[in-house]
Amino acid sequence: MKQFKAFVKKEFHHIFRDTRTVFILLGMPVVQIIIFGFALTNEVKNSRIGVLDNSKDAATESLINELEASRYFDIEKNIYSYNDIEQSFREGKIKMAVVFPQRFGENLQHFNKAQVQLVADASDPNVANTLTNYATAVVMDYQKRITGNRQLPYTINTEMRMLYNPQLKGAYNFVPGVMAMVLMLVCTLMTAITVVREKEMGTMEILLASPIKPLKIIIAKAVPYLLLSIVNVASILLLSVFVLEVPINGSLLLLSFESILFILTCLAFGLLISASTASQQTAMFISLTGMFLPTVMLSGFMFPIENMPLPLQIISNAVPAKWYYMIVKDVMIKGVGLESVWKETLILAGMMFFLLAMAIKKFKIRLA
Amino acid sequence: MKAVTVNNIKKRYGAKKPFVSALEGVSFEVEKGELFGIIGPDGAGKTSLFRILTTLLLADGGNVMVDGLDVVKNYKDIRERVGYMPGRFSLYQDLTVRENLEFFATIFNTSIEANYDLVKDIYSQIEPFKDRKAGKLSGGMKQKLALSCALIHRPSVLFLDEPTTGVDAVSRKEFWEMLKKLRSQGITILVSTPYMDEAGLCDRVALIQAGKIMSVDTPEGIVSAFGKKLLAVKSDSMLHLLNELKACPDVEDAYPFGEYHHAVMKQGGQKELNNYLLRSGKAFELKEVTPDIEDCFMALMKN
Repeated sequence: MKQFKAFVKKEFHHIFRDTRTVFILLGMPVVQIIIFGFALTNEVKNSRIGVLDNSKDAATESLINELEASRYFDIEKNIYSYNDIEQSFREGKIKMAVVFPQRFGENLQHFNKAQVQLVADASDPNVANTLTNYATAVVMDYQKRITGNRQLPYTINTEMRMLYNPQLKGAYNFVPGVMAMVLMLVCTLMTAITVVREKEMGTMEILLASPIKPLKIIIAKAVPYLLLSIVNVASILLLSVFVLEVPINGSLLLLSFESILFILTCLAFGLLISASTASQQTAMFISLTGMFLPTVMLSGFMFPIENMPLPLQIISNAVPAKWYYMIVKDVMIKGVGLESVWKETLILAGMMFFLLAMAIKKFKIRLA
Repeated sequence: MKAVTVNNIKKRYGAKKPFVSALEGVSFEVEKGELFGIIGPDGAGKTSLFRILTTLLLADGGNVMVDGLDVVKNYKDIRERVGYMPGRFSLYQDLTVRENLEFFATIFNTSIEANYDLVKDIYSQIEPFKDRKAGKLSGGMKQKLALSCALIHRPSVLFLDEPTTGVDAVSRKEFWEMLKKLRSQGITILVSTPYMDEAGLCDRVALIQAGKIMSVDTPEGIVSAFGKKLLAVKSDSMLHLLNELKACPDVEDAYPFGEYHHAVMKQGGQKELNNYLLRSGKAFELKEVTPDIEDCFMALMKN
């Protein structure tokens, strides 16, 4: 036990005496949450749009006011012709243009029918889609208001309710994703590097020639990263609750338990990598391509798994982050209990034991 | 019981042909309390041998007993009782001197206090810097710290792999003094070195070359086994002189040695070589010298 304590103490010395390591370990989660929370968001806000009003009547004016009032759009003035629209698109001043034809209000009143054209810059298809949808919704709203209580025969009203995330906040999606990513980086990458560094520095040679048991070395190497990861989980949760206003709907205890399970899985993977590589560079390369990339690509956090081709969907099952991401979303956002995520939990636990067994089996009691 | 028994050890690297053969049937024995040197150039197989002795590598053939224990079967027991200092400085550079020593003491289930008397002489020299990071020490001080760490659990056998490589002459001398003191404490010491001049400081030496032991004896024994006349020659044109020496029928071998060339004589002696060299009419200086370990090493390599 004394050996073990001394070893863990030494590991903490390594970590805290290297400012870069400390920053990566403790600063990165905060930075990532803030970047994802405030800079990288797929919500469309305050997009500049142009309006070409060829009619200039009461109807167009009130529609324009409504567009302007919504928080999605900022209206770029100075558009008086189609040429101006073209020009503004080219200069990147606007993302969408709304064109009212001549006699828009007149047509609306006398023929009960008028047209409005939406021209969007589809070089970014997602943004174009979102903007046209928003604009259509605003127009529909306006139409509903002027139709008023006049009862039309046979109308079907769709009524939408966005469950669990009524405001469609991006944070609900990326907080679980960032948690998976950060834990992956901290646990897998840092653990792999720290063991391989001992090999590179030659200190592993002395450790192996000493009476300390290899299993003890492995566990002592992992313990500091386990503790720091728990700190990371706590800081991410605090940030998301108090800064990004993402609630924790489920049990905090369950969430913590699942996080520790995922941390252990990542640690086991890191140890496995370190047991099979000899240089820090290789270890870093393998952790990044073998773990970090799949975590970003195949966990469902960036790209929905349902839309992937079947082979990729199958591969995604082998990515621990996918299961953790599902669990966190379910527990944190939907507020479900263990009875709904036991399957994912079992899969994750299975992966953990498998990786740990491999790591221990691969750890050599000799140099070669 | 011998401290170390090495019997026909073989080691090769690489799974497929051609193998790189590091050790080709090495055998020797080390007595308890001996200061035993393994002398050989880089690539002779010294580090492979040390790693096999310290249970870090498995040999492909042969068997090794350290302190009466088999290095394969009883590797755990051996790891408790031997001290090992690898050729490369292998301590934690970001830990202080004191932290390194403390860490290794704990890893070996002991404490600095328990064995302080053993490391006192060495450690007291670096103790003024005990709060300095190990990476910031000078080469000689690193060496002393590494030795302290290897000694802190009072090993019965101490393995030092090229401890003096890259260390200045004064520190090297000090280091050997320390080894002599340790030997007087009853610790068996195996030390490898590429420096032939250090052979004389050992009780017995094994000369190793290309994975084979050429000779195991006391330094005096090795020198007295040389058995041939050795002459040192110097002139203004050393390259020309070397060619001339090699062409001489009485000379068995000639090689540069410091500011002289050494000539090993097949027959005859100073007079015959003097006559031979006078024929070229160039000025030279000739004297008879007693061979040292390096001369013996060269001679053994030729056979």
